[in-house]
Amino acid sequence: MYVYQDYDQRLLEERVAQYRDQTRRYLAGQLSEDEFLALRLQNGLYIQRYAPMMRISVPYGMLNSTQVRKLASITRDYDKGFCHVSTRQNIQLNWPELADTPDILAELASVQMHAIQTSGNCIRNITTDEYAGVNPREIEDPRPWCEVIRQWATFNPEFAYLPRKFKIAVNAVPDADPALIGVHDIGVQIVHDHNGETGFQVWAGGGLGRTPMTGEVIGEFVAWPDLLAYLEAILRVYNKYGNRDNKYKARIKILVKALGADKFRELAEAEFAELKGGAMTLTRDEVARIKACFVDPDYRTDVDTSALRNALDEHRAFNRWYHTNTRAHKKDGYRSVTLTLKKTGRIPGDITDEQLEDVADLADRYAFSEVRTTHQQNMVLADVAEDELYELWRQLDALGFATPNLGLITDIVSCPGGDLCALANAKSVPIAEGIQRQFDDLDFVHDLGPLDVNISGCMNACGHHHIGHIGILGVDKKGKEFYQITLGGRGDRQSRIGEKMGPSFESHEVTSVIGKIISVYLDNRLENEPFISTYERIGMDPFKEVVYG
Amino acid sequence: MAKVIVNGEIVENTWQRLTSEELDQQDVPAEGAVIVPLAYWLAHRDALLERAAPVGVCLEPGEEPADLAADLPALPLVAVNFPAFKDGRGYSYARELRTRYGFEGEVRAVGDVLQDQLFYMHRVGFNAFEVRADRDIEEALNGLRPFSVTYQGDAHDERPIYRRQSA
Ligand code: HEM
Ligand code: SF4
Repeated sequence: MYVYQDYDQRLLEERVAQYRDQTRRYLAGQLSEDEFLALRLQNGLYIQRYAPMMRISVPYGMLNSTQVRKLASITRDYDKGFCHVSTRQNIQLNWPELADTPDILAELASVQMHAIQTSGNCIRNITTDEYAGVNPREIEDPRPWCEVIRQWATFNPEFAYLPRKFKIAVNAVPDADPALIGVHDIGVQIVHDHNGETGFQVWAGGGLGRTPMTGEVIGEFVAWPDLLAYLEAILRVYNKYGNRDNKYKARIKILVKALGADKFRELAEAEFAELKGGAMTLTRDEVARIKACFVDPDYRTDVDTSALRNALDEHRAFNRWYHTNTRAHKKDGYRSVTLTLKKTGRIPGDITDEQLEDVADLADRYAFSEVRTTHQQNMVLADVAEDELYELWRQLDALGFATPNLGLITDIVSCPGGDLCALANAKSVPIAEGIQRQFDDLDFVHDLGPLDVNISGCMNACGHHHIGHIGILGVDKKGKEFYQITLGGRGDRQSRIGEKMGPSFESHEVTSVIGKIISVYLDNRLENEPFISTYERIGMDPFKEVVYG
Repeated sequence: MAKVIVNGEIVENTWQRLTSEELDQQDVPAEGAVIVPLAYWLAHRDALLERAAPVGVCLEPGEEPADLAADLPALPLVAVNFPAFKDGRGYSYARELRTRYGFEGEVRAVGDVLQDQLFYMHRVGFNAFEVRADRDIEEALNGLRPFSVTYQGDAHDERPIYRRQSA
């Protein structure tokens, strides 16, 4: 993980002091609602349906066990004993008191955490592959580059009052998009030139929400020393020319679309030409300093896998979990373990204070004290020795974190929806629960194979419904809750926006519609063909016929 | 007379800012320092340069600092208007004026200028602030220095922190 220097820590403490004073002035009536709004948002504080919601930053999803324990105590002391993992790898509290928020930030600062720029019209948390650094398919570790970008973005004085929020993601896997760069305002794809030097293919103009779209390649190859100059050029063009009259047209995707990728590129390249070679050019020393924070832990070389083989043969449930919830690691003898936070009946991504402490203990014992959050609202122990997997599984199972459904139909990604969110058109959690209850036979769920189901309570798309193989969107029809269904979205190999099926459904109809969609898949699939491939082969019509027929 | 923060001090505001509506009704007064809109400046540059008293130009969001680039050596002041503090275009304008065009005169923030934005405004190159009239300008001064640490370079020092530290 990135290790703070004195100055990183001082910056956090000064931020807490600044925010404490702003909150005091607001409560004393010296700041208007609107003025305080912009300030509190940049400290992660939304005012929600029932209480403020506080979004805590988890830079590119990395936490250590000390931080996880701090989150547990904050959740217990300032909230109702649970928090929520968001689709941008952050942690959300749902019920903090406004007057407590400076103290919460001070507690976070004591473990090198914060809520800086987690909402508001500024550059948000930088996200990446949750298996970064251990993924055998990545060409290099993306996290040092995420950290380079994080520092440039943090309190960047020019880009704090953008037309709209701005999200950047970094991906280092060549043939897959685990960071969803295609649907980010800027997506950074790490590439190597023929000499093996790192460079970046820079995308811009992707985004979900209203008017979802995938981005365009703006910079074909940006040499690594120029990364920040290139990003600054894009941000300056956006800050100057992005739409500010209508918040629904204010994201960079609308600007890129309106100008066309070529014109946008021309503006960005002209700006880049001014900045290139200047003081923000990255140095080898600085990149080396940051890379040194992401070195491998002390991997054991004596991992004995014979016991694992036996356990896999003997325990069917363990075997199933192993194949579903753990994955290959770059280091022989190790695997990455995903804890699914998707127990039926619980809000997807929710976790309690005690569970956080359990996870921290397990991380200390089995995973070099490190925990990660994922954009599918799960958690990861990235480095677990194979000869400890069985023991870990037993403990996870007892804690309810071993549901073997990663990437399957019941591993649903969902926003909090109408139960918590003031912007919602409809509830999303009961819909998720309904689907989980309908598909409660694990054998059947496994037989269905990989299937992304994503639910959002309104078109803000917090639940990423556009990129679900099956996407469910809450809509409001004359004051009643309805759900629109899309098929064929993807957020795996590439990002693609799903296609609407047709008229929307009432809440009690949703589970049976999902059942019909699944039956069409089962009737049509070829051997070993996953849902998304069947859909791509046969198209929307057969599904429509059965669902609306 | 109204007050303004210039270079960290509260001083009398000696500049009169004229809007295009006002300039439709009246000419630029013969005496005193004035700030005029960009369009007015471009249309009346030669006459304005004849004046004995100083003339500055005000940029509105949507206008281009580039349109003023050639005239900057002749200008003692450029103002940037913030009709609403959340409209952040002016931050890029100030940065361009300082870093790209090397403007060394006064860069003044006018309009919805508030304590909690002063630090960032200062970093991108503003050195003068007409704090909104209903706010306490003494209090606002506190907004100039909330942080002793900055990661990235700015209009004052383009070097990021790691280059400043090792220097
Ligand atoms: C509970 C109150 C919440 C509120 C009021 C809220 C508000 C919003 C709004 C207004 C947008 C749309 C912005 C736009 O289109 O430009 C948005 C987008 C988003 N939110 Fe939330 N949100 C909430 C909770 C969450 C949660 C719990 C998550 C994670 C599960 C989340 C993740 C996201 C993501 C990933 C997007 C971006 C989609 C995109 O790329 O456009 N939000 N949110
Ligand atoms: S998608 Fe809509 S309902 Fe769901 S959390 Fe976001 S804003 Fe709220």
